[in-house]
Parts: sequence; C-alpha cells; structure tokens
Amino acid sequence: MKHPGMVNSVIDNDQDIFEWSEENFFKAKKIIENYPPGKQQSAVIPLLDLAQRQNKGWLNKKAIEKVSETLSMSLIRVLEVATFYSMFNLVPIGKNYIQICRTTPCWLRGSNKLSEIAEEITGCKLGETSKDMKFTVVEVECLGACCNAPMIQINDDYYEDLDENNFRELLNNLKNKKVIKKGSQIGRQTSHPNRDN
Amino acid sequence: MLKEEDKIFKNLYGKDDWKLKGALKRGIWSNTKELLFKGNDYIIDEIKKSDLRGRGGAGFPAGLKWSFMPKISDKPHYLIINADESEPGTCKDREILRSDPHLLLEGCLVAGFAMNAHTCYIYIRGEYYKESSNLQKAIDEAYKINLIGKNACGSNWDFDIILHRGAGAYICGEETALLESLEGKKGQPRLKPPFPAVAGLYGCPSTVTNVETVAVAPTILRRGSDWFASLGNSKNTGTKIFSISGHVNNPCNVEEEMGIPLKDLIETHAGGVIGGWNNLLAVIPGGASVPLIPKSICEYIKMDFDSLKEVQSGLGTAAVIVMNKSTDIVEAITRLSYFYKHESCGQCTPCREGTGWMFRIMEKMIQGKVNHIDIDKLLSVTKQIEGHTICALGDAAAWPIQGLMRHFRDEVERRIEENQKKREVA
Repeated sequence: MKHPGMVNSVIDNDQDIFEWSEENFFKAKKIIENYPPGKQQSAVIPLLDLAQRQNKGWLNKKAIEKVSETLSMSLIRVLEVATFYSMFNLVPIGKNYIQICRTTPCWLRGSNKLSEIAEEITGCKLGETSKDMKFTVVEVECLGACCNAPMIQINDDYYEDLDENNFRELLNNLKNKKVIKKGSQIGRQTSHPNRDN
Repeated sequence: MLKEEDKIFKNLYGKDDWKLKGALKRGIWSNTKELLFKGNDYIIDEIKKSDLRGRGGAGFPAGLKWSFMPKISDKPHYLIINADESEPGTCKDREILRSDPHLLLEGCLVAGFAMNAHTCYIYIRGEYYKESSNLQKAIDEAYKINLIGKNACGSNWDFDIILHRGAGAYICGEETALLESLEGKKGQPRLKPPFPAVAGLYGCPSTVTNVETVAVAPTILRRGSDWFASLGNSKNTGTKIFSISGHVNNPCNVEEEMGIPLKDLIETHAGGVIGGWNNLLAVIPGGASVPLIPKSICEYIKMDFDSLKEVQSGLGTAAVIVMNKSTDIVEAITRLSYFYKHESCGQCTPCREGTGWMFRIMEKMIQGKVNHIDIDKLLSVTKQIEGHTICALGDAAAWPIQGLMRHFRDEVERRIEENQKKREVA
C-alpha cells in the first residue's frame, strides 16, 4: 500500500538546505539531555520528529544528515531509523495528512466507506497527495482508538466516532477552511459507554 | 458487577480534572512517602501476594517480574513503561495516559523504588500526541512540587521520569524491540537470554512493564494485597480494563472484575451485540493476536487468563472485538494478517516471508479462490512460523488464522466450493 512513511529511498536535491531553527536547536539540546552521557543516539527518534515538524511534515536527505551530525551518529544508522518507522515521511505530504485506520475493529464499523469518501472529497487516491498540496490520504494500521471506531488521524489529532455523514461534513469543512472539531464527532466523552452524553 | 468503591481508575473517562489538582482529590499521591518507607521488599511482596498479572498481554506475574531485578549492582537500574499500545482492539492505556496520568506516575515511583531504579522512561506510541502532551504536563506538575525528581515525595529517593515518543511501529511494544528503539535503533527484538532484568537498556538491569500494571500498584499497596486478591478468581485477580469494540451498540472501555462472563460484559456494559445476542458470530477476546472464539463458547466463557487459555484462546490485552453475523469473518482475519505483514520487523525469515505468504493466501480465500488442499497448507505454514522466531509477532500472526480454521473451516470450504461451481459454469 502506498504511504509516504513506507518509502525506502530518500530525496536529495542540491538546492535543499536544512538548519535547525533557533527554537528547535534548544529543544534538541534539551531532548539530548534526557539520556545518559554518551547515549545521545537515544534521541534520534525525537530529533527526527523535530526535524520533520520543521520541514513541513517530511524528511529529505539534508534533514536526516543534520540529525546524524547533531547526534554524532553515522548517517546510515539514522537512515535505518528514518526508513524503519512509519511516522517518518520521506516524500512531501499535503498540509492535511489524513490517515484512515483500516484494521479490523475500524473496518467492522465501516472504515472502508471512509476511505471512499476521502478519495471523493479530496480528489486523491489512497497513498496520494493532491496537486495543490492540501491533502494526503492514506490508510494506516491500527491507531489504538478502537472503542471510538471508525476513526482517522489528521496531522496530530484524532477524529473519532465517525460515520458517513459526519465524516463528509468534517472533510468538507476542512476543505473550506472552516473550524473542525477534534475527538469524538458525536460529542461522546472519550470512550464512555453512553454515546449521547 | 464491580462496585464503584472497588474501581481503581476513578477517572477512566476523563470526566474529572486529569491534572494534579484533580489527582490529589482522588487520593493519588496522598501517602506515597509512607508507602515507600515500607521498603522495597514489602512492595514486591505485596504485589506478589496480590497475584497481579501483567496487563500487557502475556499475563506474567508482576511481582515475580519485579523481583528479577538484581538487589545490588554497580550499574544504574531502569524502569521502562510500555505505553506503545498498538494491539488492534486495545485502547485502554490511552484512557489512563490522557485522563489519569498521575495514577501512572505514582505507580512509576513506587515500582521504580521497588526495583532500585532512579530513572524511568515512558515509551509512548508516537501517534498518541494528545496523550503524550497530557502526560508531559502531568510530569512537569509532579516535578514542580517535588513528587518526583530529587528526594521524590520526601523519601530520600531520587527519581526521574522521562517521556519518550515512538514513531509508529507495532513491534516496539515487544519489550526488547522497545529497548532497541529507546537506544535509537530500528525496533528489532533481541534474543533472550540475556533477559532485560540482567542486561536491558544500555546493558543495564531494566524492567519493561505495561501502563496498567504499574498504574494499579499504588492502589494495591494502599488497600492491601488481600483486597486485590479477593476480586476475580484465584491466579486471575483484581480488576481489569476491558476495551469492547466492533459490533456492539455502545463500544467502550470499562473497568470490571477479572473473570466477568463475556456475555455480561457485552450485554451490561457495551449495550449488547448489534442485532441482539443471537446475531453474534464470533468474538476475538484479547486483541488481534489471540484466536477468535465462536458464539457457542461466548455463551459461557469467563474473561480471565486461564479460562480463555482452556478454550485455546487468550485474555491478551482484554480487547474484546465483537463480530455479528453481518461480518465477513474471512476478511476480518485477512485484515489482521495484513496488519502482521505490515508490522513484521523483517528480522526473522519465517515471520518476514511467512506473514506475507499467509496474507496472500488469506486474501484469495475471501472469495474462495484456492483449493481445499490450501487450507492445510496454510495451517502448516502457521505451524512453521509459530515458535520459530525471536519474538512473539510470528506466533501472533499465526494464531488468528489457526483460530479461524478451528471454528470456521466450514465457511472457508463453502466459499471454495462456491467458487469452483462458478468456474465450472463459466
């Protein structure tokens, strides 16, 4: 299945540059202090995440090189990590990164319908990014919110208790730059049994 | 039904304040210092006596696991909390992390103290962004008034808690893969022995334990191991958070007594099966890795480790995935096969190649586009994977298929025959 986090090659353009922003430089320094001296390699996942956030949600070769330099790690070790973990995107993604959970508990409650709706409204096929870079739509494996199925993740946030109608509305609002509500779309308190409290 | 006063997770649904103020009101951090002053032997002994079993899936006795940490060593000890919750169907730790993080933090201090650890890493799955931000806020609050940090709770014990976010790999929920990941490597499981208690994080004695296991520890110490052991059945004690998902009217997380009958769990807490109890087809009782059980077993089965083992399934993480008669049971399991194919770390050949092979056969089976002989071939492959890999992901990929064939072989055979008839007509 196509997924920007499941790519095994890295984009390297000569004109790319990556330097830590001042804020992130200090953040990185603080993160490294979380681990014992000499064990700074432990910070590789948090630093790749930081670099990805600074680089519009994806990692190019220059960003990965920066992380390897910051942590005095060999580049290949950082590349291994960047390709192994699915949350590191190695190709550019859209502003709204829509991840639809497809695993059995969500599928039982209709996640495949959500995928169809997402393709229809955003105009991109699963695994693709729209030309205007507004949307990337992918199907992902279990996101761990099964009692609120079906659910999706857009960037950092979960949108839960979806059905065809409220998902359509959610995406249309997103498309039209209206405010969208995070969490349960039926107003449920987390995973409380009572669906309409 | 579990009495309100016996519930450990008083704020499971986040209706109350999850921050420090709310936590203090719920009695968290109330006498932590006294608990610690009873000594680490006392703590481990109480946990042993409570018969608490690990809540992460394997159900290993928690007190025993904690006691494996060496008493004296010149290396630092580490407590590592496994918050990499990614077993399909499971969303219980998420509720603790976002709605009652202080309960976990207090548990970390107690457990860390018991095993002589000054440092605790909480490895949380990367997708849980909101949960990790709540947890980080809770950690900051606890540092601020010295509940953790230097001289934590005035106990003369220094204790640091550090949150570490993962980046989307199911395999990092396996304890040694988690350690590798925490060391900044690919999450590929290590061979055991050496066990983490001997050589874990950075080669130092470490214990990796699930969120829920640690979160219940302070309450056990406060109310006594007898109280905890009085709930549930022998060797399957205490309370447990069940995640009920799939075809039920009200999917939810709920804390209940261990050993509650599955039927009660579904009918009283989850609003019953969609279409009524008689519309039930099968249940996966413990997260994606355990074999499913058909309705006939669901009628009487009790939800605990040993009862479910008797029917060749398992309690796992107590994630109950309910499927009613509208379910294409073969596709349901095929989706799980895809999950394991996707999440295999690629280290061991039987799992790397086998999960893909099993998925491709399963995919054909949805429409019956295989021959009868392929069922046994598939089962034989599951047996060749099971037990032949470093970690349990291979087993976990094999079991759902074995469960399907054990109880729904007729259905698969019916599809094969139907497809053959169709081909003959064409």
